[in-house]
Amino acid sequence: MNQIIQEIEAPLLKTNLPVLNIGDTVKVFVKIKEGGKERTQGYEGVIIKRNGHGVGATVTVRRVFQGIGIERVFLLHSPRVEKITVQRRGHVRRAKLYYLRERTGKATRIKEKIGAKKELVGAASPQAKAAPAAAPTAPAAEPAKSETASEQQ
Amino acid sequence: MTLGVIGRKVGMTQVFDDQGLAVPVTVVKLGENIVTQKLTKEKNGYVAVQVGGFLVEEKKLNKPELGSFKKNSVAAAKPLQEYRLEDNAAYNVGENLPIDQILKEGMLVDVRGKTIGKGFQGTIKRYNHGRGPMSHGSKFHRSMGSIGAGTTPGRVFRGLHMPGQMGNKNHCVRHLKVVRVDLDKKVLLIRGAVPGCDGGLLTIHPSKTKWN
Repeated sequence: MNQIIQEIEAPLLKTNLPVLNIGDTVKVFVKIKEGGKERTQGYEGVIIKRNGHGVGATVTVRRVFQGIGIERVFLLHSPRVEKITVQRRGHVRRAKLYYLRERTGKATRIKEKIGAKKELVGAASPQAKAAPAAAPTAPAAEPAKSETASEQQ
Repeated sequence: MTLGVIGRKVGMTQVFDDQGLAVPVTVVKLGENIVTQKLTKEKNGYVAVQVGGFLVEEKKLNKPELGSFKKNSVAAAKPLQEYRLEDNAAYNVGENLPIDQILKEGMLVDVRGKTIGKGFQGTIKRYNHGRGPMSHGSKFHRSMGSIGAGTTPGRVFRGLHMPGQMGNKNHCVRHLKVVRVDLDKKVLLIRGAVPGCDGGLLTIHPSKTKWN
């Protein structure tokens, strides 16, 4: 990416994003405005798709609600997305889980990644090995430090 | 015509506004915009300033081009653009244009540039015409069909959509909003898309609207 664009995007990128993989069950906390008031709403589902890079990176989260499949696209670095927590790491062999759309009930289950549970229990809050978008530029250790610093505050 | 500035398109990205909504922006790297010459009523017949966009090495210019820079003892710059003004007393040769006075945040601007060249294209791509069936024995696929009646009128009407060069043409996009002016980095963020490929030259003028 162009260096000038990187400089513009750098202050907008979040450093405390957890590692998000396809097949993970996540909870996304979105700020919504209701008649002048602002509140946070959680949305839980499976990541079926990742798209874009830099400040425009998105995830598509699918959940089945009252028998109807809902897919919401979240702009990861948007200020409206307050927090993302990983509930469960999934073991999948596809980059896009479109096959879940044709399945219902038990067939939509995703195997849990071996060893992932410990990792999630160990880090109560989303561990930030590297913010997904910042990963190629920053070394892995740095964002982890900034994460602990923000927790102390 | 009011003063404008010369820049280069860097690319597109998005920023967030104060409500947290994503705004698609084009990043423009502004040139030095040096006043290279002042044109006067007595000598040239009209009043204007000539502005050079980006500094270039002297070997990139030919001798006649270089001569005018040497005469006014200013740094060599390219491309050159003239802006007609009522009074050019405020601008001195060799100085940079006051970009902060020309462009402000929230202002509407017109952006001119050369569109991406598509080459010689048929009417389907060039003018969004439809095409014929590709199968079932049809022999009418992507050609443009009839270009008019016979003896009456006996000619082809002017302006008929026909194949030809598409793109690589000067184009202006009007009324784009300036999202940010960063004078330290010489970077301009404009809401929306502008003509041309990344690295293409652009001229940016304040729009003639009641909102400016």
